[in-house]
Amino acid sequence: MASENLTASSYIQHHLQNLTFGQHPDGSWGIAHGAEEAAAMGFWAIHLDTMLFSIGLGILFLWLFRKAAKKVSVDTPSGLQNFVELMVEFVDKSVKETFHGKNKVIAPLALTIFVWVFLMNTMDLVPVDFLPHLASLLGVPYFRVVPTTDLNATLGMSISVFALIIYYSIKVKGVSGFVGELTLQPFGKWMIPFNLLLEGVGLLAKPVSLALRLFGNLYAGELIFILIAILPWGIQWALSVPWAIFHILVIVLQAFIFMMLTIVYLSMAHEDH
Amino acid sequence: MNINLTLIGQAISFAIFVWFCMKYVWPPVIAALDERSKKIADGLEAANRASRDLELAQEKATQTLRESKEQAAEIIEQANKRANQIIDEAKEQALADGKRLRDAAQAEIEQDVVRAKEALRTQVSALALTGAEKILGASVDEKAHSEIVEQLAKEL
Repeated sequence: MASENLTASSYIQHHLQNLTFGQHPDGSWGIAHGAEEAAAMGFWAIHLDTMLFSIGLGILFLWLFRKAAKKVSVDTPSGLQNFVELMVEFVDKSVKETFHGKNKVIAPLALTIFVWVFLMNTMDLVPVDFLPHLASLLGVPYFRVVPTTDLNATLGMSISVFALIIYYSIKVKGVSGFVGELTLQPFGKWMIPFNLLLEGVGLLAKPVSLALRLFGNLYAGELIFILIAILPWGIQWALSVPWAIFHILVIVLQAFIFMMLTIVYLSMAHEDH
Repeated sequence: MNINLTLIGQAISFAIFVWFCMKYVWPPVIAALDERSKKIADGLEAANRASRDLELAQEKATQTLRESKEQAAEIIEQANKRANQIIDEAKEQALADGKRLRDAAQAEIEQDVVRAKEALRTQVSALALTGAEKILGASVDEKAHSEIVEQLAKEL
């Protein structure tokens, strides 16, 4: 019983371990074996699996859409073009409903976020052992295939969005306008420290909540897939199929929410109070 | 769950993807969509215009048809009038011709009658003379009696 528990927990831990490349405390470079070694590497380490899948899926997205965009036809759209147009139109509509200013960046940004996050989330539907097992046969000890279950990936995106929020806030309102927005609301100039605290928390909550929402949803989803994978093989399908079907909803919804909130935050950055 | 360099790597790749999408994916697709919606709007407008033109043309055709009918009726009326006129004229002409012919015939008949009378008179006078000769049994001196004979002939 105890040994079974041990294998189950080590199985889960193994599945939640990124392929981390960095410098060991003894000075040598290499792959971290186990969570302690990865933690000991500190900030200057990189998750090779997360980078591989996120960049690979990003290139897949851009290659597919660029292929359709290159031979775009007004009169006779091909199948791929129809799909691309559907996505572009959907994103364009979402952006136009929320954001009323003129900005060339927001719509392509929203499209990139939606499709990219969707593709990264979709990796969650690949059975949890397929790719890691394949990788272990090739001698790769750890392999997490869903980049959005890595907080680094979601935070990387949300911090980029945060940078854009600050950039556009300053660009539209000016430095004084932006600082004024942070300090003179909601209680007037006699309460500046309190206002700053309130608005600062509100501002910082945007990227943090954006990243944690996506990460949490996908992490939990993947964890449940892993837990199901521990069950005897004969009954796994009874749980994993319903969860996978339900998860299709989560995958699309989380990609959509990330895109929508980005649009909302950026349009708030454009608004003068 | 360690925060590490992956964060920066993700941010950089995200920025590159967004840039590429903004530069090479979004503009051609959205341009095609705009162009298509413009084309559809133009097509619908053209269809509207065409149906309006058709309506106008039909109206015009109806009007032309009505005008031609009116003209045709007028022409027929004129033709009828003219035909009646010609018939009247012909009748008059025929009447006049008939009268003239009748008059000529009448004159000829009268002439013939006069000539016949004359001939008869001559013959009667000759007959009378012959008769008288026979009655008298002697020849009558024509010269001596011609006055009498002529007078007789005149009385006939």
